[in-house]
Formats: sequence, structure tokens, C-alpha cells
Amino acid sequence: MDLTINGVTQRVEVEPDTPLLWVLRDTLGMTGTKYGCGAAQCGACTVLVDGQAVRSCVTPVESVASAAIHTIEAVETDPVGRKVVAAWVEQQVPQCGYCQSGQVLTATALLKQTPNPTDGDIAAAMVNLCRCGTYEAIATAVRKAAGA
Amino acid sequence: MTNAHHSPALATPVRRPVNLSRRGVLGGALGAFVLGVTLPGGPLRAQGAAATITPGTRVRAFLDIRPDGTVRFRSPFIEGGQGIFTAMAQIVGEELDSDPARFEVEGAPPGPDYLLIGGMRFTGGSMSVRMSYETMRRLGASARVMLLQAAAARLSVPVATLTTEPGRVVHAASGRTLAYGDLAAAAAALPVPRDPPLKAPADFRWIGKPVPRIDVRDKATGRARYAIDLTVDGMLHAAVQHAPRLGMEPGPMANEAEVRRMPGVHSVHTLPGAVAVVASSWWRARRAVETLSVSWTQAKPGTAHAMPADFSSDGHRARLMAASGDGVAYESDGDVAAGLRGAARVVEATYDAPHLAHGQLEPPSALARWNADGTLELWCPNQAPEMFQTAAASVAGIAPDKVILHSPMLGGFFGRHFLYQTANPFPQAIRLSKAVGRPVKVIWSREEEFLRDALRPMGVARFRAGLDAHGLPVALSAVAVGEGATGRWFGRPPNGVDSSAVEGIAGKPYAIPHRRVGQIHIDDPAIIGFWRSVGHSMNDFFYETFFDEMADAGGQDPYELRHRLLANSPRHRNLLEAVADLAGGWRRGPYTHADGSRRARGVAMASPFGSEVATMAELSLRGRTLRVHHLWVAVDPGSVVNPAIVEAQIRSAAALGLSATLVEGVVYSGGVPQARNFDAYPVLPPDRMARVHVRIVESGAKMGGIGEPGLPGVPPAVANALASLTGQHVRSLPLSRAGFV
Repeated sequence: MDLTINGVTQRVEVEPDTPLLWVLRDTLGMTGTKYGCGAAQCGACTVLVDGQAVRSCVTPVESVASAAIHTIEAVETDPVGRKVVAAWVEQQVPQCGYCQSGQVLTATALLKQTPNPTDGDIAAAMVNLCRCGTYEAIATAVRKAAGA
Repeated sequence: MTNAHHSPALATPVRRPVNLSRRGVLGGALGAFVLGVTLPGGPLRAQGAAATITPGTRVRAFLDIRPDGTVRFRSPFIEGGQGIFTAMAQIVGEELDSDPARFEVEGAPPGPDYLLIGGMRFTGGSMSVRMSYETMRRLGASARVMLLQAAAARLSVPVATLTTEPGRVVHAASGRTLAYGDLAAAAAALPVPRDPPLKAPADFRWIGKPVPRIDVRDKATGRARYAIDLTVDGMLHAAVQHAPRLGMEPGPMANEAEVRRMPGVHSVHTLPGAVAVVASSWWRARRAVETLSVSWTQAKPGTAHAMPADFSSDGHRARLMAASGDGVAYESDGDVAAGLRGAARVVEATYDAPHLAHGQLEPPSALARWNADGTLELWCPNQAPEMFQTAAASVAGIAPDKVILHSPMLGGFFGRHFLYQTANPFPQAIRLSKAVGRPVKVIWSREEEFLRDALRPMGVARFRAGLDAHGLPVALSAVAVGEGATGRWFGRPPNGVDSSAVEGIAGKPYAIPHRRVGQIHIDDPAIIGFWRSVGHSMNDFFYETFFDEMADAGGQDPYELRHRLLANSPRHRNLLEAVADLAGGWRRGPYTHADGSRRARGVAMASPFGSEVATMAELSLRGRTLRVHHLWVAVDPGSVVNPAIVEAQIRSAAALGLSATLVEGVVYSGGVPQARNFDAYPVLPPDRMARVHVRIVESGAKMGGIGEPGLPGVPPAVANALASLTGQHVRSLPLSRAGFV
């Protein structure tokens, strides 16, 4: 089937119910998207599907065959994504960094839909797990990116 | 010193393994040194050269300065979020006079140069900076002297007329400068000076400053590469299904033929305690291995650490609780029996804490490749390269110097990636790669990780305190019951006490005249390991929460009682006052906050890993819904290298401590863990995070650790605040089990 990822359409030969995560990582070698739990619990695998933050570990690839998929590899080609990354660097958010691809894309999806989020909006959207506990820095960085 | 024999360190690193003879490594042929350090350091060690090498002195084993002036640094310590790569760049860069931002840092290979933890190497125990600080400064200073000497020769001027500014040597008299990148090759050929001058701390440009982390941009853009992300040409993927209980072995697989025909499946394998499928992608391997219908045979009698079929958390807790007696004395002062006999009142309580999972977000993996020259190349998350190299050699049946170990950045660790035998996937990768004749990467699914993680031990502590007529403690007896992680993996003193089983109950600073800490060892049936702050992760909860029970029984305010008992310990007393100041003053409560909520505070002290910590918590309760609003942490690590990273580590440790306080606990029933993913093993979500406030107190005392010390004060500070609100002391973690959500 054909997938459109970061603006490029590619053909992949996989079982149609393969999770998008593993098509990205193993078939296409795009390892910026992370495997954390495989059960939509942690959000490390978050990608954007038609602008929405989606957990790719439970997303059958056939369900996104006609969608626009954006991954962390292209985050800085998007003006909102660029602001988010800049805020992440300024706030020195990452520690181990493993969850941060998903955090950055979740924040990007939020700010694309809600450019000036309230603290409540941020809390409702930024629900991914971070075992290093960078939650405060994440919320601060989202506010900074919104104001940038 | 063998340095003078070595060639310049600036040659292009070699990517493919080369089978180095000892002569090649030590004999000084051009390029050989670069090979020796770029590839395995193992040969140096395995062939007896270790005795000639003083760890942390051979500049070329650590540093290459490239022509463009960037510094490639091989770190003795592995980066896993704690910021050690940045700290190394700061420390070395300070004395080298090179901007830390120009450093590219990677985990060093195994080898004698990197054994900086008392002749060993591991990344843990909050030891990295404090154990290597002086050595790494001298290393940077030595490299700077070599660059100065090379510049003096180049310019034909006395070395004393030269100075440096970041990245270059300056001859002020003539205004000439030479970039480090242009001098590096000549400098690398010079002998390493023995006692290079060090900077005066007042002149530090980077040490002590909140220098930005060098890995943040890569981690914010998905470019950081972890073990799980690595691939090599021709690699196959493997997934495993472990025996439900450790010690069981795979028997017949009823549907093996059917599974072999599943898409992408290369082969089906049995391994010690597991079955595996090798396939063209990990998803295909996983789907196939989970389809396998395996008959597991019971553990053979005598199998080490075989998990009993009837093991349960409740049963083990009851066993620990039932242990009687005072145990083996670990710490004793005065006469505790007499003190208790003479007391006006005796307070008793028993506490417990559960097994905990690491839950680092990167699931374990290992990539193995057997090379044509007989070497085995291995990429796997690890906190102890030499120990993994030796263990891998044993699995592979080859000499350690034939194992080329790579130590990638860790997607969280918290103690997860020590050598734990059954808890590390690298033996599976080695065996599968050998079996299929191709490189294989094994990834454990989150479910397999929850099944085979090395857990924080379960622990129980029994306390008896004697109070005098004024309600002040005169005697305190504590008995810790269980098993410590250090004793499990590094040996327990015969008839003695593993310090990791009592740390946080022992070593408390309070002036109580009659004190005794004892320990009763009971084997923990689970595979146990190191979990951030180790014994302190529960023992400070036990002690500091009992302290409040003791204070309440004597009619004492818990803050004032601590303050009083620290009268002769100015460092601790100052820290206690510092945390109160940070929190806007001590007030126990309950009181009504401006938002209408009823709140209370709790306080706790801890002395973990060479640092001192005072923690305060403020929380509110609505029904049984508990909200921790603030955590204030004052930490005295003596002195610091990067205050921003220190603060980040304190926040991170506080979050993990809060997680353990509120929601975490592994539950075994019927010999198996009941939770196999984060749905049933909750970890702290963002909406339960507290606001963390950090004050760093640099007392000038001996440098202490940072990665772990922020954790131990959090559980007791929160539990004490809860007791302030409810009047009842919760003696068991997590608080969710007492109905607080």
C-alpha cells in the first residue's frame, strides 16, 4: 500500500493490520518514533495523522493509507513544530529523551489546533508518560511555544 | 606510562573491527592506539596490561580534537538522562579550555582507562561526577599542557609565554594564535604531563554554571539513537516469550509448524527459559512468538531463583512481617534495651513497601553480530560495560577480548541496566545470532519486560521508640527485614548486614542517645535489583514516617523535634531551615489555603549517596482524592558542577518518589506479576505531578551524589503531610492501596 509520510508517498509491503509504528521503524527505518508500551498507554509512539496526535503503536497501517502522516523527523519543517522544538531546547526539557518525540508532536498538534491554550487545555492534551518526570518543563515549554 | 609510545589520536576512527594483537595495541604502530580505544578496550585489560595503566590519565583514550576544533570525548559513564555527558564536557572542557558545546560525547568501550569507580566501572550509585571530578579535571589540564607545548614548538617561543582562550593557544606578545584543531596531531604525540596545573575555582568559566545540555536538541527532534533504534546490515529481528515463572523451561510447541509459516518468520527457537521467533521485522516476530503455544516444564529442583508457583506479594509481606527478633546489629550506640526499659512510654510500628518495577520507557533490547574474524559485536543498554563484556564472553564461549561492546544512550535506566542475569536480553541476542548466522536484534515487549524486570525489593521495618517524660525520644530500635540488592549481586558479608538493606534507617543524624539498627535477612523470591536510591527508596520512608509517629506520641511538632535533635549537626540543621525557608516557613496544618482547600505539610530528612536532603510536601484531600501541590527540596551535595542539571535531577527523582508514594507496586499472585503493562502498573501521570521547588546549598563539604538523593525524602514528606491532615499514619506504600487516589 502507499503511505504519505512527511509529504513523501512511499510503497510498503506489509500486512495491512501492522501497527504504523513498526512500519515506520522497521520497514522505513524511521526510528525517531519510539516504542514504549504497544498499548496506547504511554504516548512515546505519537505521530500526526491529518494533524491529529495519534498513537501509532495501535494504529493499523491500512487505516492511514490515505492520510497525511507526519513524524518527528519532519517536525521542524512545520512552523509550529519549529516553535515547539525551540521551546523544548530553551526550557531544556528532555532528560533521557525517550518519550520526547511523542511529547513534541503532541504539543505540536495541540498548538496547531489551539494556538493559545489555557493551562486546562495543556493538561488535557499533554497526557503522555515521562518516567524522568519532566512534566513541569513540558507544560512550561508548551506555554512558551504558544507565546512565541 | 605507555602513553609516549602511542601514535596521534586523530586518525580516522575505524568502523570495522580489527583483530588486534597485543603488540599492535601496545607496541605503538601508527594508528594502533586509535584502534585500541575506538574498538574494544578489552584486549588491553584481558592481556594483563591493566596494571600499567592508571585509569583516567591517558589523554588519548578519552580525547580526540578534530581539525575543526570539536572534541570527541569517550565518557567512562553512560548517559541515560542524568546529564553526565554534559557534566563530563564541562569538567574536561574547563581545564582543557574548550567550550563544552563543542564536545561530542559517547560511551567509552570497555577498557582499563575507564575504571574510575574504585578500580571498577559502572554508572550508578550517584557516583559518576564525585568519583571522577578531580581525575577528569587533571585529564583536561594535561591535554591543555600538551597543546601549549605543541604550540611552543610550532611558534618557537617559551611555553611560559603562551596562554589559552577557548579552543586556541594565544601568544599575547606577538598576537599570534593557533587553533586547537591545528595543534592536536602534534600535541597527541607528546607525553602526558604528570601534574598539570589546575585552574583556581574562582576562574571557572563553565564548572558551577548552568551550561545547556549537549544532547537536548537531538532529543527534541528524534535524532537521539538508543539501543532499540540500532540496525546493522543483514540484521533480523527477534521477539521472545518468557516462561511464566523463572526456572521453567520450554517443552513442545504444539503449533510450531503453523507459526513457522506466518508472514516474515525466519525461524523458531528455544532458549533458556524462553522461546523466540526470528523474523524480518519485530512486529512479525512478536506476533508469531505470542502465537506459539508452549508447554512449559516445571523448574528442576535446585534451580537458582526459580519462582515458586505459590509466590504472592501478600504472602511474602506476611512472612517479612512475621520475622521476630532484633536481627544482626548494623549500627548501635548507647544501650537501646536499657533505654527502652527506662522510657516513660514506648511507641511501636511496623512499615512495609512493595516491589517496584523500573518502568524506563525504552524497553530492553540487544543487537548481536558475529564477525568473520571471530569477534562478537554487541550493542545493548548497560550501566557497566566491563561486566557486560565479561558476561557476554561467557555466554558466547569466547574470550572477553573478542567481545566488542557498544554502550548506547539509555532511554531511562534508574538502575535497570546492571547485570542481572535473567533480566538482560543480550544472552538471547548472542545465541540467536549464532543460531541463524546473521545479526539479530532482540527487543522485549513491554509485557515481557514487566515479567523479567529486576525489581526493587520488598521491605519491612519494625520500630520501637522510648520516650522520656517530656515526650522526647531517648531510645530507638529499628529492624529492617528483607534482602538488599547489593548483597544479591555483589555478595553479602557472611553473618553481616548488606548496607543496601538498611541504608536510610541507619546513618540518620538525630541525637537519640540509645540507638540500634538491626537487619533480618530473608531471601526475596523475586529477581531484585537496584532501583533509583536503592535501600533509601523505602528505608527513609520507614524511618522518617515513624519519626512523626514518635513525635506525635510525645506531643512534639515534627519539624521542631527534628530541629532539636539536630542541634549538634549544623549541616543538617541548616538544611532543615533552608527547606522551611524555601517553603515560606514551616506550618504543619491543617490550614485552609486561599483556594479553599484544606492543606497540611510534612517534612523529612535523608542522607543518601554522600549528599544531604531536606524535603517538605504540601497536600490537600478532597474525600479520598489526594493532591500533592508542592514539594520543596533543599539539597546539599557539597559542591556542584551544573546547577541546572542538579535541579533537573532533583525534580526527576522527586517525580519518581512521588510515583512510588502514590501509585506504584508490583503485585505477584501465583508466582506471576499481575501487571504486564502501564494500564495495570500505573506510573505518575502528568496531572498528578507536584510543583517542585529546589534549593541547592553548596556547603563545601565533600562532593556528594545527585541522581538519586532527591527521591528518598518524598515518600515520608508526603505521608507525613497526609497524617497531618487525617491524624492517621499510613504505614504501607503506595497510598493508593490505602484508598487515596
